Amino acid sequence: MTADPPRRGDQSGRGEQSRRGDAPAGPRRGEGPRWVDLPRRADQARRAEQARRVAVTSPRTAAARRPRYPATREIDEQTHLGEVYMRSLLRTQFRLAMFVCTVLGCVVGGLPLLFLLIPRLREADLLGVPLPWAVLGGLIYPAFVAGAWLYVRQAERNERHFADLVERR
Amino acid sequence: MSLTAVLIVVLAAVLIGAFGIRVSRTTSDFYVASRTVSPLWNASAIGGEYLSAASFLGVAGLILSFGADMLWLPVGWTGGYLVLLVLVSAPLRRSGAYTLPDFAEARLESMTVRRTASGLVVLIGWLYLMPQFQSAGLVLREITGAPPWAGGLLVAVVVAVNVLSGGMRSITFVQAFQYWLKLTALAVPLVFLLMAWKADGAPAISPQDAAAWQAPLGGGREYGLYSTYSLILATFLGTMGLPHVLVRFYTNPDGRAARRTTLVVLTLLGAFYLLPALYGWLGRLYVPDLARTDAVVLTLPGRMVGGTLGDLLTALVTAGAFAAFLSTSSGLTVSVAGVLAQDLLRGGVRSFRIATVLAVVVPLTLALWARELPVADVVGLAFAVAASSFCPLLVLGIWWRRLSTTGALAGLFVGGGLACAAVLVTIVGGPHEGLANALLAQPAAWTVPIAFTVMITVSFVTPHRVPAGVARTMVRLHTPEDLNLDRGDWRPRSS
Repeated sequence: MTADPPRRGDQSGRGEQSRRGDAPAGPRRGEGPRWVDLPRRADQARRAEQARRVAVTSPRTAAARRPRYPATREIDEQTHLGEVYMRSLLRTQFRLAMFVCTVLGCVVGGLPLLFLLIPRLREADLLGVPLPWAVLGGLIYPAFVAGAWLYVRQAERNERHFADLVERR
Repeated sequence: MSLTAVLIVVLAAVLIGAFGIRVSRTTSDFYVASRTVSPLWNASAIGGEYLSAASFLGVAGLILSFGADMLWLPVGWTGGYLVLLVLVSAPLRRSGAYTLPDFAEARLESMTVRRTASGLVVLIGWLYLMPQFQSAGLVLREITGAPPWAGGLLVAVVVAVNVLSGGMRSITFVQAFQYWLKLTALAVPLVFLLMAWKADGAPAISPQDAAAWQAPLGGGREYGLYSTYSLILATFLGTMGLPHVLVRFYTNPDGRAARRTTLVVLTLLGAFYLLPALYGWLGRLYVPDLARTDAVVLTLPGRMVGGTLGDLLTALVTAGAFAAFLSTSSGLTVSVAGVLAQDLLRGGVRSFRIATVLAVVVPLTLALWARELPVADVVGLAFAVAASSFCPLLVLGIWWRRLSTTGALAGLFVGGGLACAAVLVTIVGGPHEGLANALLAQPAAWTVPIAFTVMITVSFVTPHRVPAGVARTMVRLHTPEDLNLDRGDWRPRSS
């Protein structure tokens, strides 16, 4: 259980950073740029003040900031938590795949039934073309492409969410 | 003129094969080269390899004979890529597998499963090659009056020479070009045919045909509803199990690119399959008496346009047909020979040569000896075998952790075995009567559920045979490549 302490500060909750001594590099409100040569004593006073600010934080914050593994390492070491991450990814992607397959199954499996149960549809016309030919010989292909495009978009989004989840600590 | 066109295509294939050797030789070269191949090129290459004689000639022929029910064939051959996209494409690319046996080994950590998968790849490959050779014979007879075996022999020899010299395999751009050639060879004559039809006063189909042939479930074939559903199942689920398609997915740099490529493949195939239906419809109008309906695409330009223009268009269509035979056969032969040499013979260059000859000779013999079935029907049988063996293996292997080695083996044997038996009885035994004929000619509707059930049930009974590294394999299959994760150190044997 050795998380690397030097990196602890740079990715923890953003709201707490201003309270911490080792935090941000940029100029703050009410302060000159860093290269202005402040008197040494004022500088020391400011450091002391910052140190005091750290002391004010509630004990619960310290508990929450307990060193943690990055999620990628949880997955690599196949801990319970790692398994949970992997299962969530698999479940999301599988649900998406099943959703597409179900819609496809309903459309493709339903069309022959529709033609069987409603004989009128078999000889109906769509803009001069017999309806079954218009659907099976033409319209179904753009529908496939549209479905595939939506799937790819959502699957990539799921993967981005997963990456955000495991790379954040 | 058509003969000249055929000779040009054949010569081009031989030359490209001969000079392509130095382009790239090994799998790893292929892999490195792949990073410069964009999804559009890659998808064109998949389309070029996938659109076989069955798509180019067979679909129109079956539509001419049996009407609207056969429109499901191209729909299934396209829709199969949608199923492949959502269930298989990205994880399969991420597995790093180069062939289906590679995937079986990576996922189930068993050489027995790998060999079983190899056997099935070879069977499916032969079953797919056989009708390619048969239709080559048909086309050559159509244009020169040569005996039916001549065309098959010509294509078989060209493919064998090509594969033996090492070309064809990795030349993505050649396969990509084949797609565009096939599309042009079918689209350009169609424009002239439609113009001729318009000039003819745009005749409509006869009222009798409009009621039966043009309507779905119009009685073109017995047990229409069962056959339609079985066809849908076989084509939608069989696409993912075709050996020559999978190799192309390896050319994608990562899983995301594999998905995008599949999306483009869907678009390209959709564009292509708009055409055969129109050929079938025009064929019903102008050449309803055709004896061998697979030839409808070749006959129409001569009958409807005629003259020099008709000859030119026929030459173009014939060239496209030969491109279809050559590209699909080459892809299949490479896949079959690779698997034969690696897993069933001893491996190495000598084995690969023997395997190539075997890969071509067996289906050629079958083509000469077996009953002449419509080309698209035989290819449909290959899909049925793939759907009842590799589809459960891939889907369960990718999404279900509890798939056990024993379960996978049992499913492959039962599903693949039943489908193969049905195919053999259909091809060799000749037409059967009534329901038996429908069940044997379209076996997928019962073999696919049986295969899934066996695989799942046996896996539940043998939980101790679940591979030990399944968690690591799942990480490998499903996580995006840019995440820094431990994915195990498995590498495909073929590289």
